[in-house]
Amino acid sequence: CGRQPGSIVGVSNHIWQIKRQEIMKWNGWGYSDSRFFFNKKGQAEFTGRRYRLSGLIIPGLKDWFESTFGASLQHKTPATVSPILNSSAVQPPTLNEAFVEELKSTGIPLSHDAEDRVFRAHGHCLHEIFALREGKFGRVPDMVVWPNCHNDVVKIVELACKHNVCLIPYGGGTSVSSALECPPEETRSIVSLDTSQMNRILWIDEKNLTAHVEAGIVGQDLERLLNESGYCTGHEPDSMEFSSLGGWVATRASGMKKNVYGNIEDLVVHVKMVTPQGVIEKSCQGPRMSTGPDVHHFIMGSEGTLGVVTEVTMKIRPMPEYQKYGSVVFPNFEQGVACLREVARQRCAPASIRLMDNEQFKFGHALKPQVSSIFTSFLDGLKKFYITKFKGFDPNRLCVATLLFEGDREKVLQHEKQVYDIAAKFGGLAAGEDNGQRGYMLTFVIAYLRDLGMDYYVIGESFETSVPWDRVLDICRNVKARIIRECKDKGVQFSPLSTCRVTQTYDAGACVYFYFAFNYRGLSDPVHVYEQVEHAAREEILANGGSLSHHHGVGKLRKEWMRDTISKVGMGMLKSVKDYVDPNNIFGNRNLL
Amino acid sequence: MASEAVYTHRDPMLKKRDDFEDILEERRNSSDLRYALRCYIPVLYKELTPCKASELKSMVLQSDQLRYVINQVCKETGMAADEVQAEAAAILEEMAHRLQLSTIRFFAFTLSKVFKTLFRSICVNEEGIQRLQQAIHEHPVVLLPSHRSYMDFLLMSYILYTYDLALPVIAAGMDFMAMKFVGEMLRMSGAFFIRRSFGGDKLYWAVFSEYVKTMLKNGFAPVEFFLEGTRSRTCKSLTPKLGLLNIVMDPFLKGEVFDVSLVPVSISYERILEEALYARELLGVPKPKESTSGLFKARKVLSEDYGSIHVYFGQPVSVRSLAQNRVDRCQFNLIPRHIPRKPGEDIHSFVNDSAYRLVRAQEENMVLKPWVLLASLLLQNHHQMQVAEQKQEMALDELTEQAVWLRDLSRQYGAFLHWPDHVSPSEAVSSSLSLHRGLVRISEGRVQLAFEQGGQTRPGEPCSTVTPEEELLNQAVIILSCASYRNQALHIFLRPALLASAIHTASSSNKQEVYNSFSFLRNMFSNEFILCPGATVQDFEEACYLLVKTGALQINQQEFVVTERGHRTLGFLTRMLDPFLQGYQVVCRFLCEDATEGLTEKQFVPAVRKFIIRHILTGRLRYTEVLSSDLQKNSLAALLRLGAVQKLKGGEEQGTLKVNKVMVNSLEDTLGGKLPTQKAVVARL
Repeated sequence: CGRQPGSIVGVSNHIWQIKRQEIMKWNGWGYSDSRFFFNKKGQAEFTGRRYRLSGLIIPGLKDWFESTFGASLQHKTPATVSPILNSSAVQPPTLNEAFVEELKSTGIPLSHDAEDRVFRAHGHCLHEIFALREGKFGRVPDMVVWPNCHNDVVKIVELACKHNVCLIPYGGGTSVSSALECPPEETRSIVSLDTSQMNRILWIDEKNLTAHVEAGIVGQDLERLLNESGYCTGHEPDSMEFSSLGGWVATRASGMKKNVYGNIEDLVVHVKMVTPQGVIEKSCQGPRMSTGPDVHHFIMGSEGTLGVVTEVTMKIRPMPEYQKYGSVVFPNFEQGVACLREVARQRCAPASIRLMDNEQFKFGHALKPQVSSIFTSFLDGLKKFYITKFKGFDPNRLCVATLLFEGDREKVLQHEKQVYDIAAKFGGLAAGEDNGQRGYMLTFVIAYLRDLGMDYYVIGESFETSVPWDRVLDICRNVKARIIRECKDKGVQFSPLSTCRVTQTYDAGACVYFYFAFNYRGLSDPVHVYEQVEHAAREEILANGGSLSHHHGVGKLRKEWMRDTISKVGMGMLKSVKDYVDPNNIFGNRNLL
Repeated sequence: MASEAVYTHRDPMLKKRDDFEDILEERRNSSDLRYALRCYIPVLYKELTPCKASELKSMVLQSDQLRYVINQVCKETGMAADEVQAEAAAILEEMAHRLQLSTIRFFAFTLSKVFKTLFRSICVNEEGIQRLQQAIHEHPVVLLPSHRSYMDFLLMSYILYTYDLALPVIAAGMDFMAMKFVGEMLRMSGAFFIRRSFGGDKLYWAVFSEYVKTMLKNGFAPVEFFLEGTRSRTCKSLTPKLGLLNIVMDPFLKGEVFDVSLVPVSISYERILEEALYARELLGVPKPKESTSGLFKARKVLSEDYGSIHVYFGQPVSVRSLAQNRVDRCQFNLIPRHIPRKPGEDIHSFVNDSAYRLVRAQEENMVLKPWVLLASLLLQNHHQMQVAEQKQEMALDELTEQAVWLRDLSRQYGAFLHWPDHVSPSEAVSSSLSLHRGLVRISEGRVQLAFEQGGQTRPGEPCSTVTPEEELLNQAVIILSCASYRNQALHIFLRPALLASAIHTASSSNKQEVYNSFSFLRNMFSNEFILCPGATVQDFEEACYLLVKTGALQINQQEFVVTERGHRTLGFLTRMLDPFLQGYQVVCRFLCEDATEGLTEKQFVPAVRKFIIRHILTGRLRYTEVLSSDLQKNSLAALLRLGAVQKLKGGEEQGTLKVNKVMVNSLEDTLGGKLPTQKAVVARL
């Protein structure tokens, strides 16, 4: 599985060329060479050589896909434009000539090529990808610039201020909050500031266990480069293959292993950000300060509205000696949640602990690759028999928690025992490492699977929230039910996939992810229906005590709820910061506020 | 399944209703024993985790909610925790049901026998049953039957058993429990008992609400209670009580369940078992305490014919859709949900509005029998003849003609009328009259109310053995019984009747003035009838719509014009409301003229009754039905609400009524049309 450090094969040290679209899809997720498809026998296959699943056949996927969505391999909806971008469909750039001239003189690379611009005009919300597949382009950036270092950024921002040009920082492009969409009402020239060339680790401080890194570095590169020196940050958001350090800071990202390493706000020691008012940074690297409100918290979560994060000092840790996956089967979701709550109460959560509901368990099961030996399949059958017949678990109710332990070998084994003992109190049965590992793979390939679904009338997305412990079960039940109800009301002809999982535990609550997809045959405007349902689901989340976002951010997609979320005064505080830092709205992506 | 439209203001004529099926028919043709012992496998709530009644109790006692309150009580009273815990357990023990199938089977058997003797048929809308079945599967369900008779909840369980539906648990008043054996039987058939009043008792409230919520949330069984709180002695729907409705909505508002389905059920009796009992009660003969022996004495009722019962299971109403865009559920985000909080103003008004809508939904699906129309006509005729000082009777032909006219009118107004179409109108009329022969008499083709019960005296003629007051009360029993049938049709005619009276009393026929007058009357009577709060404009529009559409009224340039044929309709409508108008005026007069200083709320009804008897006997008031304590209490409640009377609180004067005579007087004059509405004290409405 690609999650393990170093397990992503075939990646060179310098993949992030200026022309990213050469190795990545421009109208779908991830690498161009990696995708799911149904072969002539109707079996699902995953192409490429990058992932553990690559080149394998997944026999169960077709049945699961067809029975879950009522979809059929006969009914295809391929992307309507050929993968080679048709540049005539893109509006010609509005250029600010004076700005361009001055910028050219600095020698910073720039482009107003349609492909470059379209690639940076979107994140990965369903409506964005759906439009691209249909060959529809809205407002796109007029130009792309690739600064190479902090000073380049300073020059670009100065020029943008001087010539009143709108800047939109672009990191990994994995946003799912419409944060990268160009505001259609923006009349100035829009320049996409691509940070990908600022991808160096500038120094590693082994005494303090910190590393100073340029903010454009992508997660997998950061880990790989640190691993070479025996270190890691341990920050592994699901998007880490493509998302960038600057993006994490700007959205308050969260990593899978936050129980050991912390979320981005725990990892950052020092940040440098270039704003229209100049550069903001702290004067020292003290581990904690009492100097008024922490200015880092104006930067973290600012979503590109205040400036560009250029350099970050981050905590690093020695690479773990030992890693072990695990899984536990529970008779039902309620017991599973009770177990996670107890684990959190005892503060003994492993690096990662996630609880999938029954539908997701089945989904994960459908993604099992073809097994090579009769022995393995015999063992699988035996396991299933043991759990459902001998232990009396209802296959339509049971659910699975996946675990990842990290650290000294001995401590890991001890820790593992502690967690399994707690699980046993809630009726949990240890279900092996394989199931655990496959669980983590699911997160990883799910974005590729969405592209497959979109080839067959199925659209979907995931969204997340954080919620106090006492509300977890209620919110899961109600939001899933709301999705099903809304789909029915909106005329969706087939029952949707509405599933959830608990992905993080905290002292006072948990992070919950919802997955939602449906077959849109028979609908004239599927994206609109999708958006209405997602909107309703978010209202339901809020009505059930959930937060607006745990780590995806607000962007433009969830702006309408900001006032209710942080109060009128809170909005005023953020606005006044924006007004001071960027009075001319140079960073004009209009996120958040 | 769950529909948002509990009822529509617009075009009640287009209402669609299901067909009925008689469940007694099968009982008459097959073995009751086999029926009572048959296999019973109800559809259950899809998320039900089966649990026994005893487990339910421990869930309640161990709930965070209850533990919190127990803690609070300990701190406040200094009692030991286990003492309070034991008290809570005792409360629960006293309250809890012990639903068991064997008791239900026993009832299924005996009630089959009883029902077959008492009733001609028990008609149920099967589509409603199917909807209910689906609702039970999908969400926790609350059954909200109308309440006209003791029979109601046994009947409900009987029907649900018959259709293989989950048996409900029923909130019953403590007075039932006093009947030793029967109380236990009812408990075993699913009744749980609540004290009538437990005002400040925090612990009691906590146990009670947690008990109900636990059953509801787990989908243990449909929860059944009576929105009206008690049996309506007048057959008018009663102003809904909000306590239990608050409790059952709470799990939805706090996100503990996805939705709750509220199912209004309308039970209409062609003849009510308690008919004369109710009338006596309203006249001040105290009601006999429920006792087992009393119930057996009621055996003589077994020999009579009580016609048919219609039970209509309405559209399930989703609490979620009721609350949509009305309630901000985020308000529960910041305080742990197990800490009891008084509902805020918005929740209160939401629950109140919902309660009214549900009672209206009950009303709308009440089946009306021809007798209901006949009773209305006979009462009106009785009073008209009284005024004309003629014999208070009516030719059968004329009654039939009027009944046909009223039948058509009420259908146009959307009444759910069961008028047998396969027989001639005269047959329909005479069979109705014969079922109610205790109330009407036919001789030589003329119909009159059956007054001569004691001696063979004619009204008005003195009799040596009976005092005039006794005679009056005897007559009043008949009148009030008839009125209780007329009342069943009130909700059909209420809005047009308010408009008709408004046109009658308004100083001009200008629309705005009529509206003012309408609004005044509507406000005045909002304790008397079910009038949804804040819906004055809709009600006015509905009334205009109906009268215009049926050709009784024209609106020209903001002026109301009563058409030629409209006079009959408007006459009928104003006469329908007139007893209430007069009644309220008399109560006002009493408060101005006769109320002694320091009159308490308790003394009010006997005192006003004496005053009214005097007025009737001296011929200053013709409506005997004003003797109904229900009307008297409602008018007092209205005056209290309007601030014309104040109730003193605390101290020795607790419950003393303080009358603002100027205001009461002017209200009386406005009701009588002597004062234009806008000058009335309540013109600011």
